[in-house]
Amino acid sequence: MRVAENLNSALHTLMDTRQDLYLLGEDVLDPYGGAFKVTRGLSTRHPGRVLTTPISESAITGVAAGLALCGDSAIVEIMFGDFAALAFDQLLNFASKSVSMYGSRVPMRMIVRCPVGGGRGYGPTHSQSLQKHFVGIPGLALYEMSHLHDNLAVLEEMLAREEPCILFEDKVLYTRPMHAVRPPFTVENTGGVARVSLDTRPDCVIVAPGGMAHRALAAMYSLLMEEEISCTLLVPSRLYPFDVDVPAAPHVFVVEESTAGGTWGAEVAHAVHRRHWDRLAGPVTLVHSADSVIPTAAHLEREVVVDETVIHRVIREVIRG
Amino acid sequence: MTTTLDRALVPKLDDADLTLMLEIRAFELKLLDLFSQGLLNGTTHTCLGQEYVPVALRPLLTPGDHVFSNHRGHGHYLARFGDLEGLLAEIMGREGAVCAGVGGSQHIRRDGYLSTGVQGESLPVAAGVALHLARAGSGALALVYIGDGTFGEGAVYEALNIIALWRLPVLVVVENNGIAQSTPIAANLAGTIAGRAAAFGIGHHLVEGFDLPAIRTALEPLIARVRQGEPLIAEFATHRIGPHSKGDDTRPPEVLSELRDWRALYAAAHPEQSERLDQAARARVEAVAADVIARPPSRWAGP
Repeated sequence: MRVAENLNSALHTLMDTRQDLYLLGEDVLDPYGGAFKVTRGLSTRHPGRVLTTPISESAITGVAAGLALCGDSAIVEIMFGDFAALAFDQLLNFASKSVSMYGSRVPMRMIVRCPVGGGRGYGPTHSQSLQKHFVGIPGLALYEMSHLHDNLAVLEEMLAREEPCILFEDKVLYTRPMHAVRPPFTVENTGGVARVSLDTRPDCVIVAPGGMAHRALAAMYSLLMEEEISCTLLVPSRLYPFDVDVPAAPHVFVVEESTAGGTWGAEVAHAVHRRHWDRLAGPVTLVHSADSVIPTAAHLEREVVVDETVIHRVIREVIRG
Repeated sequence: MTTTLDRALVPKLDDADLTLMLEIRAFELKLLDLFSQGLLNGTTHTCLGQEYVPVALRPLLTPGDHVFSNHRGHGHYLARFGDLEGLLAEIMGREGAVCAGVGGSQHIRRDGYLSTGVQGESLPVAAGVALHLARAGSGALALVYIGDGTFGEGAVYEALNIIALWRLPVLVVVENNGIAQSTPIAANLAGTIAGRAAAFGIGHHLVEGFDLPAIRTALEPLIARVRQGEPLIAEFATHRIGPHSKGDDTRPPEVLSELRDWRALYAAAHPEQSERLDQAARARVEAVAADVIARPPSRWAGP
């Protein structure tokens, strides 16, 4: 099963089982079923609760917050995550604030789904990884879709938090297979963190969100085969708040697609330093895209966006010197 | 304007309405007084001159209706709940505060009432609440108070479009006081609010003056239609006779003197009733203030 199918199936299950759940977004109705076809079939089954909206990211996020205030649940699809910038006020100043600013906890069951990331030639305003812009907002939890996490469980966890959540969905994952991990690596999922490892003690730990996992896995495989470097990969479903628990290893890398500056990885690195400073051979290494807009042309985009080659090179350089 | 003319223009209000309007006035004046004494933290926005707007709407609302207020919301809250103590405790961060002192003057939530501090932000949220209410088939509505200045925000138009498209039971009450903080409407708003309503095919009703029974008679059938999914913008032409927040009114004296203050007009027309109820209102507010000031700080269980 592909990741988009898994997500679509999860949405179907949620809409079938939760009569108080609404789904709102632009162009989400059948036969179109959303720009990435993730909402396909939902409006046919639930015409009253799957609502296609005007091109109004701020308003639809506000409508979701209003439904949540009344005890309903709501999922908003932002067509391209970049457009979540237009909903920032509703998320920062209303939905997340409402959880606590009225003096007692107000449950707010709402999820904003944001397709993000480059690699598909959509250009500077349709390819960004916006996670870092939402880190550190009280009452707002950040998740990232991954091929190692079942989307139904992730969506249910988000609703159970009773606070606004953003689900970042790396667009390149939609067409990739679920649960694929190449031997000799194995995967186990504990507490929302997928751990991909070998039997041996690792030379390094890679922390990467879902959109980066397949690129990190490719680098881990080539590092093992070509350099005999053994890596353990941690893929957290929830990016923030994130209680990082890194297995013992001399080197830690945080890999993400975000461009440079104020990254999620810097936040993770700080937590790893505080907790594990004594046992590290050196500071955590951040691997991310360049300090640049995301170009459209494929050859230019490849120069900016992190891929498995970059991950392989950085890890080899740090460990082999 | 002569007293004789005023009397003709100013129909008598019943004691309950006038008492509420005067209590809101006394409350707001007390806040400015407490500020000048250094007893209030932060900022506050008073509704001096606009007190009658929520009082006029009060009997037209049902307990199931949701009210969305804004930064200038004390009158909206008091007209809904009459809770002087809880509101003052919230503003002062004292025991008994409606929201434990976390929200303060402009972030208050209580049974079907919610205020936020960012312009235009509540309209989309009200649309979501109205969607819920419409689906529940309760006949309840969402009322959103905004000002003329709020029409500068794009969120207003996104929400009006959705409200009209989805036929949501939303009543937008515009308190058009002609000034956004320090900027007059002439520098703020192209065209008219009526024109903007028309652009969305949303009904518009202009309310002038403070003849509460007449206002209610006119609005009642329109609000009944809102409950059936015919949204409405009710624009009250009103006057903010005080500062935006505290002592920041830069309007020149000749402009201020031309503002029509319902209280002065009413007192001139109906001095005996006005004086009698005003004394009682001020006495009640003084007693509440003395009580709240003496309370310990509010306690918050935390986020």
